[in-house]
Amino acid sequence: MSTLSIKHLVKEYVPGKPVLKDISLDIEGRGITAIIGPSGTGKSTLIRCINRLINPTSGEIIFEGQDLAKLSGQALREARRRIGMVFQEYNLVERLTVMENVLSGRLGYMGAWDAWRRNFSDADIQKAFALLTRVGLADFANRRADELSGGQRQRVGIARAVMQSPGLLLADEPTSSLDPKTSVEIMEVMRDLAAENDIPVMINIHQVELGKRFAQRVIGMSGGLVVYDGAPDGMDDGILKKIYGGESWLAT
Amino acid sequence: MTSTTVTRATFFAPTLGKRLATIALLVYVVYAAATLGLSLDRVEKGIGYGARFLAGFFPPNFTETDILPGLLESLQIAFLSSLFGTALAIPIAVLAARNLMPAWVTWIARLVIIFCRSFHPVIIAIIAVKAVGFGALAGIIALTFASVGFVGKLLSEAIEEISLKQIEAVRATGASFMGVIAFGVIPQVMNRFIGFVAYETDSNLRNSTMVGVVGAGGIGGTLFSAFQRFDYSFVAGIIICIIGLVMIGEVLQIYVKRVFR
Repeated sequence: MSTLSIKHLVKEYVPGKPVLKDISLDIEGRGITAIIGPSGTGKSTLIRCINRLINPTSGEIIFEGQDLAKLSGQALREARRRIGMVFQEYNLVERLTVMENVLSGRLGYMGAWDAWRRNFSDADIQKAFALLTRVGLADFANRRADELSGGQRQRVGIARAVMQSPGLLLADEPTSSLDPKTSVEIMEVMRDLAAENDIPVMINIHQVELGKRFAQRVIGMSGGLVVYDGAPDGMDDGILKKIYGGESWLAT
Repeated sequence: MTSTTVTRATFFAPTLGKRLATIALLVYVVYAAATLGLSLDRVEKGIGYGARFLAGFFPPNFTETDILPGLLESLQIAFLSSLFGTALAIPIAVLAARNLMPAWVTWIARLVIIFCRSFHPVIIAIIAVKAVGFGALAGIIALTFASVGFVGKLLSEAIEEISLKQIEAVRATGASFMGVIAFGVIPQVMNRFIGFVAYETDSNLRNSTMVGVVGAGGIGGTLFSAFQRFDYSFVAGIIICIIGLVMIGEVLQIYVKRVFR
């Protein structure tokens, strides 16, 4: 049984102008699935439809036996806890400490009153500290998030997502704001943490080479449709032309 | 290809509308001053009165015994009304923030804020004195209204300016609405909120010395009766004490802001 099964997903921001036109995908087991495609083709929309930060127009998103597209209120929040998300611009709460940011991954599991009083369990705090140590930021636990560099922030963002004990990790262009070396490091952290915790990863990525290097499967999107779905090795110039259009940009 | 001449006027052409608006503004200034009888002659005469009046201030009289109780009462009115006003303003501001609430909720909350801001505290104080009688309670009610309006408006605007990316991330963890408020909204507005409350307390301190003029408690009543007795040296004593109180408030405000930065 697959972890995530998307069936006939359609999203229209403006009626009659779908951004996602009938997407069907199955994500299974573990490993990294990279989604590539030109800007504006609906990669971010697809990722955000899965955890319902954006509401899909029609279609099904089956995750852990539930159709996420039909959930609302409490049930939706409980389903979201099981889906970690990493963002392009890290989206840390800048005025909170690094530790508070990581611990915010547990908010779905606790009541509002405990959240207000920062009443996290010892187990959560130990796990958060272990994750910070794992991503190499133990010394920064009490620093404010806005004091960190981009690469450090993204490590905190990954720790926050893993803190949720997710069954699926979504990443929306997690390396697009980072330099090439840091990008590789972030991909390594994400790959290793996902493998250690047995979490499948869906990642939107602009750097095709980086995607091919880390992913076991690549999905090419263009014009709101899946135009390629297969192994990274199968991505040749012909496929890239199909995804991005034109050919003048391809290195000869 | 035909070349077009590009000059300063291409991009910054003075429009007829702008010129008319400037002329209209100047005309109104002259009109307003003329209808109010503002002439140089009148200003000169006024300054003469003022000089004689100020002379009556010296030496200031601090010996009267009702300065200190009056000041303390003003201080208490300011403190309590800031506390109550802020406590009421927080939920109203959250309800009024258009990025967190559906439109119809924000409109109700906005109406409450607009209502609280519509009247000067002294006008609410006059109504409160009629409603609950003379004394500090009326002053507290008046300034609480003012605080709800002020803090509510500024805080709801601060909430509307927060980064939605940070909110999105907290929502994505499965946090409840109150969890999002605690971890996404409050950290982003806390700093400014402290500033608003400090300013509001400062403003309440000044206003609490004034609501007494209409019988709503505090030093203002003492000041007003001294004026009516033409006891200008006592007036001067009270005014200097008020200035001292406000300056202490100012210093405290700087200190509080520094602590919470």
